[in-house]
Amino acid sequence: MSRRYLMWFAHEHLDFRHAEMQSILSMLKIPIKFVEKPSEHQPYWIVDLPSETCVKQIAARSVLLKNCIELWSRAKSEAQLHKNLNSAVKNISNKWIIPNVDNEISDTHICPCQLLEVCSDSKKSFKVDVETFCKHFTMKEKVDKIEKFSYLPLHGPVKLNKPDVTLSYIEFYGVDPNNVPEEPCDLFFGKWIADGQRDLIQVHSLKKRQFIGNTSMDAQLSVIMANQAQIASGDIVLDPFVGSGSLLVAAAHFGGYIWGSDIDYMMLHARTRPTRVGQKVRKKEESIRGNLKQYGIESKYLDVLVSDFSLPMWKESLKFDAIITDPPYGVREPTEKIGIERDNYTLSEHHLDNHIPSKVEYGLPHIYSDLLNFAARHLNMGRRLVCWYPVVRDEYLEEQIPTHPCMKLVSNSEQVLSKLTARRLLTYQKISDDIPETPHDTRATVHNFRDRYFAIGEISRREKKERRAEELANSAIYIKAKQDRSK
Amino acid sequence: MKLITHNMLTSKCLKGVVTGYPLAINATNIKVTEVDFNPEFISRIIPKLDWEVLWRAADSIGHSDGLPQTIEPKFEENSDFLKKAHKVLLEVEIEEGNLVCPESGRRFPISKGIPNMLLTEAEVQ
Repeated sequence: MSRRYLMWFAHEHLDFRHAEMQSILSMLKIPIKFVEKPSEHQPYWIVDLPSETCVKQIAARSVLLKNCIELWSRAKSEAQLHKNLNSAVKNISNKWIIPNVDNEISDTHICPCQLLEVCSDSKKSFKVDVETFCKHFTMKEKVDKIEKFSYLPLHGPVKLNKPDVTLSYIEFYGVDPNNVPEEPCDLFFGKWIADGQRDLIQVHSLKKRQFIGNTSMDAQLSVIMANQAQIASGDIVLDPFVGSGSLLVAAAHFGGYIWGSDIDYMMLHARTRPTRVGQKVRKKEESIRGNLKQYGIESKYLDVLVSDFSLPMWKESLKFDAIITDPPYGVREPTEKIGIERDNYTLSEHHLDNHIPSKVEYGLPHIYSDLLNFAARHLNMGRRLVCWYPVVRDEYLEEQIPTHPCMKLVSNSEQVLSKLTARRLLTYQKISDDIPETPHDTRATVHNFRDRYFAIGEISRREKKERRAEELANSAIYIKAKQDRSK
Repeated sequence: MKLITHNMLTSKCLKGVVTGYPLAINATNIKVTEVDFNPEFISRIIPKLDWEVLWRAADSIGHSDGLPQTIEPKFEENSDFLKKAHKVLLEVEIEEGNLVCPESGRRFPISKGIPNMLLTEAEVQ
């Protein structure tokens, strides 16, 4: 028998909610059935899932999931909620009573009393948590709310610290803090099952991480990427633009063994200028490896290498289970490969040892073209490439997204960066081993973000200046007019 | 640099080099660090390796003790063997030294455990 659960999400990164959850569900091969159609304005899903074990597996992965409860009742008003629960006590049919099948809202459904009976044992201690969204209540008011559930057959002692059963009562007052209704618009009651991985955001926080760079990915987005790449224990993971290795921390956390490469020698040796305010020199322990050590997952470290992604280095037969990366966009980090504009350049033997090669522009279109070709060649079948792709918001069209015949785009979520720009998290799945003889060129469809970024910035800067000048002029006229009038 | 990485690296990016595999190792400083043993991972990775290359690499830096030259058919069940493979693949690391292209003799320096596979601008022209 499948069971009904309420999945409560954090109200942020909305565009990533489905992408992350679908990746986790398909990785764990867990079927899901929506009891109510999910909506972007509501931070919850009401779903049927096969078992409590499945719920715990999902919660052990998702960073956008706050918690998951076994749903006993959901209603649109307080009276209805209590009516449902009162009826549930008498529902011995061992299944949900659904009075009106056509109704899209499940607010009159009555759960089987077996769900309650499991918790009613006089030896089982319990507590009731009251959560209210978008409205604050005092402890006294919350206790009053709990008292109203006194008809429930709970015979065990109340225990606030680590009880056997945690019941959860949720009142939802919408998501608009400036327009909070008098009565809650949704109410839920059920048994708490598991929390999601919100804690990881603090544990992996960049604020406390030893080694970070200017463009280190924040902990939450790194975990989302690892989930979308479906990284499982023992997988081999590569980040070909590794930088300070922030994506690999999340990958290793889920058991992936990690390789990274980057063209920036100084970065991998942690000899770049420190990113933190007030820090003068890099510390000795600062390195990608040091970060993994900090989180107790150093055993998942394979190696990092200084290399140029535009040139092949790995042996042909090597296959990765996942490739996750955040390529440079050419704005905060340069897009470069080894090269020189001059012809017939030679280097004398005694310069060779400490030589730092010159670099030329490695445009974003080339990077994505190489990345997709590389992934098609070096991913195991069915596995995923997850990468960021910067866009100018006004000009973004879905057709701009790079394509490859062997790589299917499975999700595309937007993170807004500024009024003008955003980046999109692209997830590709390898669907074919039939790799074209000549490298597939995706460049025709990819625009050059760097050029657009600076061109647009230039216009808006000029606009701003003109607008300010105009305002100044207007106010000068206004002041003058006022002065004239007062005379 | 671990030997698992060495097993996957080539120098085929160099002009005129056909396979560039396996790279020779000149090590001046080797260290052994302890890494958690994960038999499932080792069993999974072994079929992906060129075992002969691994054995020769381990031998060339003096860490082939007790390591068989060929893999036996049911290696997954032999935990003693998996432990030895684990040590050679993940625990032995080249801190300082060079990787050498077998065809051109080009050296790629390893410093503080990180190989530098960058070419010079002259080599990519």
